[in-house]
Amino acid sequence: MKSIKTDKEYKDYVKDKQPKQTLLKNCINAFIWGGSICIFGQLLFDMSKKHLELNEKDAATVQIIILIFIGAFLTSVGIYDKIGKHAGAGSIVPITGFANSIVAPAMEYKKEGYVMGVGAKMFSLAGPVLVYGTSASVIVGIIYYFFK
Amino acid sequence: MVDYIWVFVIGGIICVIAQIIMDTTKLLPAHILVLYVVMGVLLTAIGIYPKIVKIGQAGATVPIIGFGYSLAKGTMEAVDKEGIIGAFSGGISMTASGISAAVVFGYLASIFSHSKSKK
Repeated sequence: MKSIKTDKEYKDYVKDKQPKQTLLKNCINAFIWGGSICIFGQLLFDMSKKHLELNEKDAATVQIIILIFIGAFLTSVGIYDKIGKHAGAGSIVPITGFANSIVAPAMEYKKEGYVMGVGAKMFSLAGPVLVYGTSASVIVGIIYYFFK
Repeated sequence: MVDYIWVFVIGGIICVIAQIIMDTTKLLPAHILVLYVVMGVLLTAIGIYPKIVKIGQAGATVPIIGFGYSLAKGTMEAVDKEGIIGAFSGGISMTASGISAAVVFGYLASIFSHSKSKK
């Protein structure tokens, strides 16, 4: 390692050591993983429409349930977190990430018991989503009722 | 086939926007999830998101914004049918299967998991 004497040399040294273009790399990973999970969802949707002969609404339900199951399963066996390291937001934003946000804290706090550990901590991340999502939809519904 | 390209592109873009927000601000994944769900509700209420769903299909419904879309869609449909009560019943009715699946599979997955990190 060469010696560092001045401020400028130090700044250059730090800049040199910082990872380059991480934002671009993260975005490409997020794009590919996020897009692929959506493609997989679309395949589930199309297949359940074709082979199970379901209407659009039921096919969408089957699609979401299977994706949530896969997200929960992959989290419990430790694979989803590994994917998350590469995929970043690409694994957080799809509905599989919502399942992950339920299982991950529940697993971590399992030793605190099945009620206050698993039961309560399941919603430490998913809870806020339900609170804000439901509240927003009720407000929208009331406004829609008066102004439609 | 063209449909699948749109699914990929729209799903990808939604994730990239989240990645940019995460990398350039101090917001955590939990904030992103909340922000996206509320955005989904609002964009559906003003009629923009249903158009994106038409093009992007699963690319627009699989991301967590799609959860907000279902909440708002269910609420507005229920208001049309049942009046003001629908504002309270519609959103959760529409998303009930997803929420139940998340609770049950989430619970089972945590019960049968072996957490290696904390022992």
